[in-house]
Amino acid sequence: MQAFYPETEAEAADVVRAALSENQAIQVSGSGSKQGWGRPVAADVDLHLSALQGIESYEPEELVLTAKAGTAMAEIERALAQKNQTLAFEPPDLGPLYGGGAGSGTLGGIIACNLSGPARIRSGAARDHVLGLDAIGGRGEMFHSGGRVVKNVTGFDLSKVMAGSFGTLGVMTSITVRALPAPEKLRTVLVFGLDWAQAVEAMGAALRSPHDINGAAHMPAGAAALSGADYVSVANRPVTALRIEGPGPSAAARCAALRELLAPFGETEELHGHNSGLLWREVRDVAALLPKAKTCIWRLSVPPASGALVTEALIAATGAEAFMDWGGGLIWLSVAPGLDAHAGPVRAAIAECGGHATLMRAPEAMRAAVPVFQPEDAITEQLAARLKGVFDPTGVFNPGRMKPGA
Amino acid sequence: MQLPEPDPDILGRRDAIIAGLSALFPHDRVSDHVIHDTASMRVFECDGLSAYRQLPLVVVLPETTEQVSKVLEFCHRGGVKVVARGAGTSLSGGALPLADAVVLGLGKFNRILDIDYANRCVVAEAGVANMAITDAVAPDGFFYGPDPSSQVACSIGGNIAENSGGVHCLKYGLTTNNVLGVKMVLIDGRVVEIGGRHLDAGGYDLLGVITGSEGLLGVITEVTLRILASPEDVCALLLGFPSAAAAGECVAAIIGSGIIPAGMEMMDRPAIHATEEFVHAGYPLDAEALLIVELDGPSPEVEYLVKRVQDLAQHSGANYTRISQNDAERERFWAGRKNAFPAVGRISPDYYCMDGTIPRARLAEVLVRISEMSEQYGLAVANVFHAGDGNLHPLILYDANVPGELEKTEQFGSDILRLCVEVGGVLTGEHGVGVEKRDLMGEMFTDIDLEQQQRIKCAFDPDQLLNPGKVFPVLHRCVELGRAHVHGGKIPFPHLPRL
Repeated sequence: MQAFYPETEAEAADVVRAALSENQAIQVSGSGSKQGWGRPVAADVDLHLSALQGIESYEPEELVLTAKAGTAMAEIERALAQKNQTLAFEPPDLGPLYGGGAGSGTLGGIIACNLSGPARIRSGAARDHVLGLDAIGGRGEMFHSGGRVVKNVTGFDLSKVMAGSFGTLGVMTSITVRALPAPEKLRTVLVFGLDWAQAVEAMGAALRSPHDINGAAHMPAGAAALSGADYVSVANRPVTALRIEGPGPSAAARCAALRELLAPFGETEELHGHNSGLLWREVRDVAALLPKAKTCIWRLSVPPASGALVTEALIAATGAEAFMDWGGGLIWLSVAPGLDAHAGPVRAAIAECGGHATLMRAPEAMRAAVPVFQPEDAITEQLAARLKGVFDPTGVFNPGRMKPGA
Repeated sequence: MQLPEPDPDILGRRDAIIAGLSALFPHDRVSDHVIHDTASMRVFECDGLSAYRQLPLVVVLPETTEQVSKVLEFCHRGGVKVVARGAGTSLSGGALPLADAVVLGLGKFNRILDIDYANRCVVAEAGVANMAITDAVAPDGFFYGPDPSSQVACSIGGNIAENSGGVHCLKYGLTTNNVLGVKMVLIDGRVVEIGGRHLDAGGYDLLGVITGSEGLLGVITEVTLRILASPEDVCALLLGFPSAAAAGECVAAIIGSGIIPAGMEMMDRPAIHATEEFVHAGYPLDAEALLIVELDGPSPEVEYLVKRVQDLAQHSGANYTRISQNDAERERFWAGRKNAFPAVGRISPDYYCMDGTIPRARLAEVLVRISEMSEQYGLAVANVFHAGDGNLHPLILYDANVPGELEKTEQFGSDILRLCVEVGGVLTGEHGVGVEKRDLMGEMFTDIDLEQQQRIKCAFDPDQLLNPGKVFPVLHRCVELGRAHVHGGKIPFPHLPRL
C-alpha cells in the first residue's frame, strides 16, 4: 500500500484526486493510534494526516481554537493549559488501549471518533464542541462547514455528521473547537461497597441533585484494585466515584453536601486534586481499569437507569469484567474472545433497552466477521448509506471501516 | 425576496388535493383536520417574520404520527410540496407558506408523553411549547436548558428545526446539545426513530444534521430531551456603563477570568430607554450600555462569582451596579430585556429584528459601524445582544406604510449581516436562514459548500418537496448534484447506493 504524509491541505487534496482518478480506495488516518477501532479497511492508498499539523489560531478570549486535523492532542492540551483552558468534553487517550503509547492521538482522530470522556454527561460530546471544519470530499473538492463562533445556525450542520464518521465521509483538514475555562478545583466523592444497582441509584441521586456533578463512575472491586488512586486501589470493595469541579469554596461546600446526600448508600471518602485527576484519567482512558487477560472490549451506551441490569446480565452471560461511566449510561466490558466476543448477548441486551454497542477491541479477523458498530434498522441504514453517497459517491474513503462494503 | 413560482398544475388540482387529504382523516372530523377556506387559512399566512405573507394551498392539522405519515405519503405520491409548521414563531420565515404547498401544522401534537427522572429526560410530542417542558418538571427540581425568548409559545419541534438558542444557552447549550432523540416522518411517509434515552449515535450523527435543518429533511413528531437539575441559587447583576466599549470590555474580562455566566445580555441606549418606558424595570437612563449578568449554580458558587463579577465590572468602568436580592428583583432586571421587542414595537410602527453572531472582541467596532449605517440609511436602530456568545439582535425601526422603507430596511439588515461575516462571524446565530437570509448564504459559503449541504437535502428528500425555497439561494436538481466522477466507465464499489 502506498503511503502519503501530506503537509498541506492542497497536498492532501492532490492525493485524494490522484486516487480518485485511478479508482483507488484510500485509508484515512491521523497518527493511527485508534486504527484498531472499526472493521479492517481494504485500501490502495494510505493517507496519514499526522504531518498536516499545527495550531492555526487560538484566541483564548474568544474561547476558540483552530488546528490542522493532524495536530497532536498533546500539543493542543498544552496550548490550552497555558491559558488555563481545556476541552470540556474531556477527550480520552485510547492509544494504550490499542497497545500504542500514551499521548499519540490527533485532533482529527478524536473528532472522527466523536470520542468524549466522563464529562460527557454534563458538558456534551466531542461533536458538541466542534464549531466548524474544512474537509476534502469524495469528489476531490474542498468544502467548509460551520464557523468560529458558538452561536451559529447558518445552513446544515455538516460538522456534526463528519464527527463520528471514522473517516468514511471525507478527509478533515482543519477543525475549529470550543475552548472553555479549566475548573479551579477538582474533588471526588467516593462511596464504597455498592453493587451495580445500588451504584446506579447513588449516581442517579447525585446527578439529580443541584450539586453539579460532572463525572459519575462505578468500579467493582476488581477494577478498583487496578487503579493507582489512593483509597480506590486498596478499597477491596466496589467503588463509586462522583466528580465535582468549580471554584474552591464551591467545590468544598458541594463535596460536603454530596457526602451527606450519599451517606445512606454507604461509607464515603473524598479525593483531592492529584488523586482525583489520576482516577478520572483512568476512567477516561479505560485500559488501566480492565484486566489484560480478557482481550476483547465492548463499549455500550444505554439509558443510564438500565446500566446495572445490562451489566449484570452480560457478566452472567459472558463472564465479562466491567465498569460503568456516565452514571450508568456507559458500560465498558472486557471479555474472552470466544468465537465472536459474545456478540449475541451484547446485541440482545441493546435490543432490550435501547442504545448502541461497539466492539472496541478484537482481533482483526473477528472485526471483519462480527459487526463492530451497532446494526441499524432498515430506514436508518438507508439514510446512512445515502449520507455516505452525499459525501463520498464512489466510496473511496476508508471502505469497510464502519460496514462491509461502505 | 422571491419564492419559487407556484406550479400551475398543483394549483389546478387544488380541489382534488383537498379531497385526497380529507379522505385521510375520520370523516366526521375532517373539518378539524383540513382547513381550506380563505378566512380560516389567514391565520397561517405568515410566521414571526410578518413582513412576508402568503396563503397556503391548504392547511392540514394531523394529531398522530400515523396521520402525518399518510399526509406525507399522499403529498409525495402527488408531487405536492409541504411546509411543516409548529407554533409559527419563526423569525426568519421558516414556516412561510407557499401558494402551491400544503401547510402541515403540528399544533395538535401537544402532549408530554413521559417524564423519566431516572434517565433525566422527557419525551414530548413536537407541538408542545418549550416552556411547557420546564413547567412540567420544575416542581420536581428540573428544567430544560434552551429558552428562546418565544418560549411560552414556540414548539419544541420547531426548536429542533431551527436549533433554537436563548438567553441561557451560553451555559446550557443550544437545542442540538440537549436533544437525545426524535421520531421523524420522511417525505415518503416512512417513520424513523433516531437516538433515544442514551447518549450519542451508534453510526452517523443523523440527529446532528436534522437539528437545525429548518424543515427541509423531514417532519418531527416526537422528541426526547435531556433535562437538568435546577440550580440551587440564581442571582443577576445589573451593570451600567458609560460606553458600549466599556461594557464589551467587561464581557471579555468575565469570560477571560474563567467565568461562564448562565446568561449575559447587553442593551444599548435606545433599547434601554424603549424598555424602561415600557416596563419600568428601573434601568439607569444615563447609561450608554447595560449588562445583565446572571449567575446560577450551587449557592456557595453563586455567592463567590457574584463578588468576582462585581469586581471585574468596577475595573471595566461600570458606573451603575445593582445585585438582585431576591427572585422578584432578578425577574424585574430581566423584564426589560425580555420585553425589548414589544417595547421597541411601541416606539416605532414596525421593526425588523436581525440575528448575526460576531467574535466578542469585535463588538464595539461593530456597534460603531451599525450606527454609521443607521445614519446613512436614515433608520434608527436599537441593539439587544446576547453578549456572552456574540449574538447580536439589532432592531431596525421602520414604517412599512412609507413606500420603499421596507426595502431600505431589508438592505440595511443585509449590510449588518455582511458586516458580521466580514469580522469573522456568521449570518444567523439562532433565528435560522429561512427565506430571510437565504440570498445571503453566498456571503458565508462557496458554491461547493452549498452544493454539499444541498446533497444532504437530496438524501432525505430527493424530489425536494419539503419546505422548498428556504435556506438555499439556488435550487439544483438532485440528479445534477448527485453526479459522481466516473472514470473509464467504471464505477468503483458498484453496490453503493447513489442519488
